[in-house]
Amino acid sequence: MSLSILAVDDSRTIRDMLSLALTQAGFSPNLAEDGVHGLEVLSGMHPDAIITDINMPRMDGFGFIEAVRGQAAHRATPILVLTTESAPELKARARAAGATGWIVKPFDPEKLVRALHMVAGPGAAR
Amino acid sequence: MTTPDPMAEIRASFFIECEELLEALQDGLTQLDSGEADDETINVCFRAVHSMKGGAGAFGLEDLVRFAHRYETVMDEVRAGRLIPDHQAVLLFMRSADVLSDIVRYSRDGQPIDTGAVEPTLRELEGLVGGPPEELEEEVTDFQPLTLDLSSGDTSCDTSFVVAFRPEPELFRSGNEPLHLLRALGELGDVSTEPDVSKIPLLDELDPESACLSWQITLDSNRSVADIEEVFEFVEGLCNLEIEVQTGPSDAGSVGLPSVPGLPDLIPDLDGGDAPEQTPFPEMDTPRPRLTLTDPETGQTASCVATDPLSQAQPPRSSDAPVQSAAAPKKTTVRVDLERIERLVNLVGELVINQAMLSQSVARAGLPSTSAVVQGLEEFMQLTRDIQDGVMMIRAQPVKSLFQRMARIVRESSAAVEKSVRFATDGEATEVDKTVIERLADPLTHMIRNAVDHGVEDSERRLAAGKPAEGCITLSAAHRSGRVVIEVTDDGGGIDRDRVKAIAIERGLIDPDVALSDSEIDDLLFLPGFSTAGQVSNLSGRGVGMDVVRKAIADLGGRVSISSTPGEGTCFSISLPLTLAVLDGMVVNAAGEALVMPISAIAETMAYREEDVRPLGPETQVLHIRDSFVPLLDLGVELGFRPPKPSYEGSVVLLIASENETRGALIVDTIHEQRQVVIKGLQESYGHVPGIAAATILGDGQVALILDPVDMMANAVGRTRPAVSELQAAG
Repeated sequence: MSLSILAVDDSRTIRDMLSLALTQAGFSPNLAEDGVHGLEVLSGMHPDAIITDINMPRMDGFGFIEAVRGQAAHRATPILVLTTESAPELKARARAAGATGWIVKPFDPEKLVRALHMVAGPGAAR
Repeated sequence: MTTPDPMAEIRASFFIECEELLEALQDGLTQLDSGEADDETINVCFRAVHSMKGGAGAFGLEDLVRFAHRYETVMDEVRAGRLIPDHQAVLLFMRSADVLSDIVRYSRDGQPIDTGAVEPTLRELEGLVGGPPEELEEEVTDFQPLTLDLSSGDTSCDTSFVVAFRPEPELFRSGNEPLHLLRALGELGDVSTEPDVSKIPLLDELDPESACLSWQITLDSNRSVADIEEVFEFVEGLCNLEIEVQTGPSDAGSVGLPSVPGLPDLIPDLDGGDAPEQTPFPEMDTPRPRLTLTDPETGQTASCVATDPLSQAQPPRSSDAPVQSAAAPKKTTVRVDLERIERLVNLVGELVINQAMLSQSVARAGLPSTSAVVQGLEEFMQLTRDIQDGVMMIRAQPVKSLFQRMARIVRESSAAVEKSVRFATDGEATEVDKTVIERLADPLTHMIRNAVDHGVEDSERRLAAGKPAEGCITLSAAHRSGRVVIEVTDDGGGIDRDRVKAIAIERGLIDPDVALSDSEIDDLLFLPGFSTAGQVSNLSGRGVGMDVVRKAIADLGGRVSISSTPGEGTCFSISLPLTLAVLDGMVVNAAGEALVMPISAIAETMAYREEDVRPLGPETQVLHIRDSFVPLLDLGVELGFRPPKPSYEGSVVLLIASENETRGALIVDTIHEQRQVVIKGLQESYGHVPGIAAATILGDGQVALILDPVDMMANAVGRTRPAVSELQAAG
């Protein structure tokens, strides 16, 4: 079984790219369009890791992470933040909200996969 | 079917998304300008630009990233409440959105960006917040695709590293997991890992959420310190990490990452009852076990101790089946390859034809109208029509995007002639065939420019006429009896008919003493070469006249008309078919062939009357209609079906008024019916055939050519009188 990933981003392009990169790496991605949608999708799955954007309508990434961390089942689920800024304060804020790590957009698929393995382990694929 | 390159597909879809985002941006800015904005409005604008930047980065569209970034930075100031945009600022935002949309288009088409407007706009934008932000060099260069060789191939230049890794409790709270980090480290080379279990307290004193384990890892690798640090990137500040490089026997430089404790405790304490029991520990008194992490499975055993509290806190995993989200309030859309739709449209066309043929054979069979077959067929016809309508609607798009482009034209052209013009739209949601929308952009642009340039008066004259200084141009769309009507209305001075007439006379377009009705004078505007601008302004005088507009709209099967009231304004009305796939045609017969003439080209039909015909050349004649003469053509002759007939008595004449004012009287033998026909292109099989636009299949299965009257008249031979030799041959 490969890693199951929940990816939340309001940009269709980024969702498409995440989906492509994750599928090519043998992961099974579930996609959501914003924080609210992300929580809805999350309620029916238990992902090995979550990837989320920050700037989103309805519920932004910070709100989403806090909501996820508030659920006992997802206290330790690794969450990677997708950010266009590599500014240290943004990373600090993501971490303060409970993120596990971050990926700077535009992401390199290999780096994304490595980061996922770094926080979620190898999955059963290996 | 070939599998398309997934990245190329995503790229194409990115540009579609950009169009949507630009639309959302325009909407938001319009709201900001009208004062209807709330807090979310600026967020929507910001996110639109932000999303474009994010996607653009993925495709290496540096210019787009750069502009979007700096635009977004200024917008972020508005979002943060540090900048309150006034009307001028919002106008600047709109112009920036225009530049952004240009860059998007250039990027999409792979053309070099015309940087003329980029830098000044950015400077103006940044003037709002007092200078440019810090360069984003760091960000741009941040992304270097790393080619990573995961095999630890060449070990000849290996360095020995000693990594001391001591997690803080916060590391676990952030969802990080030492096991995975150690394993990732193991990928860099040969590792031997030694856990330090000395900090593990007795079981009854154990806090399952604390961090008790630490590790010392010896790594033989050809990688650099930076590669090792990258593994620990996410836990920087959440652990104590020391990396020592052992170059030979003596220890050399050591790199340390300081621990930054004190992150807020974000996770409520575990309910005691939920805390899992610790797995057995290695004996405390026995010498420390030395675990070699060459096998990942062994590594798992080693680090289980530290990671258990959290990993076991998770409930058993439910199935990974994707879950349908609850219905989102958003309108959901499906992206479909245009080719598939074309195929469907074609198939439905076939279906319509097939159904018509079936009806005819049923009618021929003479079944009573009460029979099940006839009744079933009627239902079938209804369904076919519904399916046809439904399929046509797939290609339909709201005109909103087109209207937004026109908003920009108004902005730019009113600035160019220094007039103050407001732009209003109505019926943005009206749906029209995608191709029609695309091909409407140019003529509409021209009409809008005209309205700004010639329609709306300058402020002084407006004020003198008792009107508000700001002019208004309204663009509206509506469905009316199976067609789409698009209107460009200005509240200007109306058409100065005396002047129009004077110009037309001056240019030799009309006879000085001809009497013309108001609408006939208005129609003069559509004559080729007509231009009312006393001097060539920035906008007009590009060699494009209203005749070109009329031609473009006629090519879409549409018509343009003008209505104007002096002092109150002018309205240009465009009436278009809903789709290009079907056509309203008149089925006529010439020399035994069924032919279809587009209804839009027919001005009137009349019986042929010998007394109205005047000879012109040896073989050509003209028809006298009211005050004018139009060339008389025989459709059968023009298509080469027959030589001219000695007499056309009993024939029918179609008066063709093409949009470029060339007129002709076309003789046909009979008129059958007026009907919608499905257009079947001939270009692919035959190339361009003069006088023929396309073909269709009639209800009886017969193929009929659809005529292109403009093309036909341009190539007309015009023979309607038999040559002397032919007369002699005929006896």
